[in-house]
Amino acid sequence: MSSKTCIDLDDQLEDTPSEQSNSLTDLELSRRTFVKTAGVLSAAVATGIPHLAAAQEAQAAADTTPQTLSVTLKVNGTSHALSLDTRTSLLDALREHLLLTGSKKGCDHGQCGACTVLLDGRRVNSCLTLAVTADGAEITTIEGLANGDTLHPVQAAFLEHDGFQCGYCTPGQICSAVGLLKEHKHNTLSTVSFETGNTATPELTDNEIRERMSGNICRCGAYPNIVAAVRAAAKGVSA
Amino acid sequence: MNPFNYQRTTTPEEAVHAVSARGAKFLGGGTNLVDLMRYNVEQPTTLIDVTRLSFTEITTAGNTTTIGAGVRNSDLANHETIRINYPLLSQALLSGASPQLRNMATTGGNLLQRTRCYYFMDTAFPACNKRTPGSGCAAIKGFNRNHAILGASAECIATNPSDMNVALVALNATIHVTGPKGKRTIAIADFHRLPGNTPQLDTNLHPDELITAVELPAPKFAKHSYYLKVRDRQSYAFALVSVAAGLEMNGNTIQSAGLALGGVAHKPWRSLDAEKSLAGATAGPEAFKRAADLAVAGARPQEHNAFKVELAKQSIVRALTLAAQGVQA
Repeated sequence: MSSKTCIDLDDQLEDTPSEQSNSLTDLELSRRTFVKTAGVLSAAVATGIPHLAAAQEAQAAADTTPQTLSVTLKVNGTSHALSLDTRTSLLDALREHLLLTGSKKGCDHGQCGACTVLLDGRRVNSCLTLAVTADGAEITTIEGLANGDTLHPVQAAFLEHDGFQCGYCTPGQICSAVGLLKEHKHNTLSTVSFETGNTATPELTDNEIRERMSGNICRCGAYPNIVAAVRAAAKGVSA
Repeated sequence: MNPFNYQRTTTPEEAVHAVSARGAKFLGGGTNLVDLMRYNVEQPTTLIDVTRLSFTEITTAGNTTTIGAGVRNSDLANHETIRINYPLLSQALLSGASPQLRNMATTGGNLLQRTRCYYFMDTAFPACNKRTPGSGCAAIKGFNRNHAILGASAECIATNPSDMNVALVALNATIHVTGPKGKRTIAIADFHRLPGNTPQLDTNLHPDELITAVELPAPKFAKHSYYLKVRDRQSYAFALVSVAAGLEMNGNTIQSAGLALGGVAHKPWRSLDAEKSLAGATAGPEAFKRAADLAVAGARPQEHNAFKVELAKQSIVRALTLAAQGVQA
């Protein structure tokens, strides 16, 4: 990444409507400034390393100017008209533009599941979803699961069974579990279903839950309680 | 990530025309391409979104089943026809990635997955012939536990990471593509390439061609198949070795077999010799061990992956044993 690209990207992130910028805390702004500075420094170090010839492709890419497109995101039942750089992930659109910071950025590479949201009812990694591709789609985030003060049954089950420690992965875990229960209602399979030979109507055993939740990593290791919460939610509700 | 233009297309003709622009690439589910863009490994100038093309159906005509290139991996794995007639494909798909990624990834995109070689994915390593032709291969003298034991070259020892591709090879699928010169089909065995001295080319698809469908021949292995994936953890990890095994049985006699390996080569590794040795044989350890020896014949491991040779042999025997038992019912 060239230093120019770093700056463009950060400028883009900061280029939000003023009322949204105002709601950012000082802490948030100082974090931004730090990230920006660190980005420029590391880019300067990187340019010192001769980087043979990805040259041509890199040049074509460098010659491309940023493109901004109008995108309508329907999030938790409300439509938002946004103007977004094509590089913006759905996760960044939710967090930085709509200030829905429940969905978390863990790895930003589709490896941890902290960013999991429901896109047209299906669980996806919002970090690898370009926001422009979600134009017109119905998106449900952790903020949209409860009905007023009444928690979604999966949220209630996570509380009841203490399915978290630090809580950072929890919004993704819960959105993933909501997706899991919906998938299971349609008799979807997992690899465990094949191992047990139960490929007609797979029962949601603990092994099935573990496999079906494997896209969500918990560094605190709250897995036993997460499995208990999903098991309870599966039994207790039609979710 | 570099700036890029985004374009949505609604017809294959429009998509093929659009991709002729310099540096343009098709965008499917984005689970691999967007990831590689974030690492600056891929730097497209334009992304042409092909997910809104009408290639999202799975249809059966006569004995063959045709899968639209835009069908998502989870929908493919759970489609009734695939579950009943091609359970090997369902099982392979569900062995890959996570539920979230499978909800996004497309059939066409999975065929074009790029290697997970760390030296390819990390631009801090200047030497990678696949990423930058002529720059060398950092993996050959590096940490190469995950790399190829079959069909590698002095220029690249990367492996194909897909599970779906391995099953498609065992099932003898055909890939349908369209380009500026019209439509053509490519047998799955000829779709992916060995690295040779052009490791930057993963497949024989031309840059201006669009995958439109995957065709499966009449099902032969519906009752006897197994996809065995061996990896460092139980779930959500790439294969060290995987085996797609399909058997057409008559009593205890094997009439025909499909056998392909993942995690061992630059392309899904099919052994016709092993398949031939199984045809007509009685299902059992003797025939399975013979097939395993034939399948990995000529293996040349790297410094850190000699274990893969024995692992592959034992995995083949186990996958064939489970396939013969008809474990999936």
